[in-house]
Amino acid sequence: MNIIISNSSDIPIYQQLKNQIKEAILSGEIRDGELLPSIRNLANETRVSVLTTRRAYDELEAEGFIKTVHGKGSFAASGNLELLKEARLKQVEEKLIEAYNIGRAIGVSKEDMRTMMDILFEENGR
Amino acid sequence: MDYALEIKGLEKCYSKGNKVLKGIDIKIEEGIVAGFIGMNGAGKTTTIKSILGLVVPNAGEIKIFGKSFKENEKEIKNRIGIVFDNGYLYEDLKLSEMKQIFAAAYTKWDEDNYKKYIKNFNLNEKQKVKELSKGMKMKFSLALALSHHADLLIMDEPTSGLDPKIRKEFLDIIREFIIDVGKTVFFSTHITTDLDKIADQIIMLNAGEVIFNKDKDILIDEHALVKGDKTILTNDNRKWFVALEERGFSFEGLTNQRERVRQEMKQALCERPTIEDIMVAYMGR
Repeated sequence: MNIIISNSSDIPIYQQLKNQIKEAILSGEIRDGELLPSIRNLANETRVSVLTTRRAYDELEAEGFIKTVHGKGSFAASGNLELLKEARLKQVEEKLIEAYNIGRAIGVSKEDMRTMMDILFEENGR
Repeated sequence: MDYALEIKGLEKCYSKGNKVLKGIDIKIEEGIVAGFIGMNGAGKTTTIKSILGLVVPNAGEIKIFGKSFKENEKEIKNRIGIVFDNGYLYEDLKLSEMKQIFAAAYTKWDEDNYKKYIKNFNLNEKQKVKELSKGMKMKFSLALALSHHADLLIMDEPTSGLDPKIRKEFLDIIREFIIDVGKTVFFSTHITTDLDKIADQIIMLNAGEVIFNKDKDILIDEHALVKGDKTILTNDNRKWFVALEERGFSFEGLTNQRERVRQEMKQALCERPTIEDIMVAYMGR
């Protein structure tokens, strides 16, 4: 797992940690049911406090991204992945509707919207 | 929650009317590395000596591993490892002799473990304590403190006066120690950069009182180092700062209301503080 905590970032440390684990699970970098590092190991690795790491794990568990088995460790929650992706997709839909509404209000055309989207995809090399 | 150390209402006066500790409360969970900071004379060493029963407090309660220290002294001492800055080691003894005295005091002394540390630290047991350099002395103290399966490591300024390389080795040893479940570390230091690297929790003492006792990352997240043009300061927003230095045309200060400053002082630059920035700001109050 590749987690890098930035000291110059404005995002709180615990949020950075949580987001990066989440991304790793959603992108499949951490596979279904894979054992995550212990809280202490991850804290040592990232130089984040063990209290913060535990808080991140607790919240990830509450959100269904990981499952902790007492005495064995925390595992990426496999069954929920589809659900999680679906939830994300719903988010994308909502944001697109928002973008559409704002665009319509100032008269952006369908063509222009498409072009904007094309540029975004090209910029990320896809 | 299991606590390795609980201190409640600890008070100590050495001379009449001069309270060194004014009723301090400290709680440290099991599995935590806790850093203890504050100016010289803030009461850190008195606190640590009270925990170890070397100083008799005037009031307060100390529990280690959930048990009263007074009633379980022997059992508790067996589970504590101690490292002091200016040793409790006998200068004229050889390391091997010093070790024998030390080992006899503990029921769970582990000779193999000790030998492993002596080898890793490149210590020569035939040398006398007084022949060791400062860094070597600290390593020897650590070898002794870590060789009887202690669950709680208490250290008073273990790294003061040591060079960066030895301090890094020290931090690596602590990291290795804390990996095992149920181990806890509590140590005082002036070298706050070490705490940036290793501490989970920071406890600051000032003039015998606990100023804060917090998760390190939360502490850093809720404070900000703010810089900007002096003209944006008002009587109102000056109050948001723990410490504020006003110069010719600029200012620099530490706020404990990060979000407020970010939203209402948009022209100012907010940076993430170090523990030293936070410590110095609170010391100046």
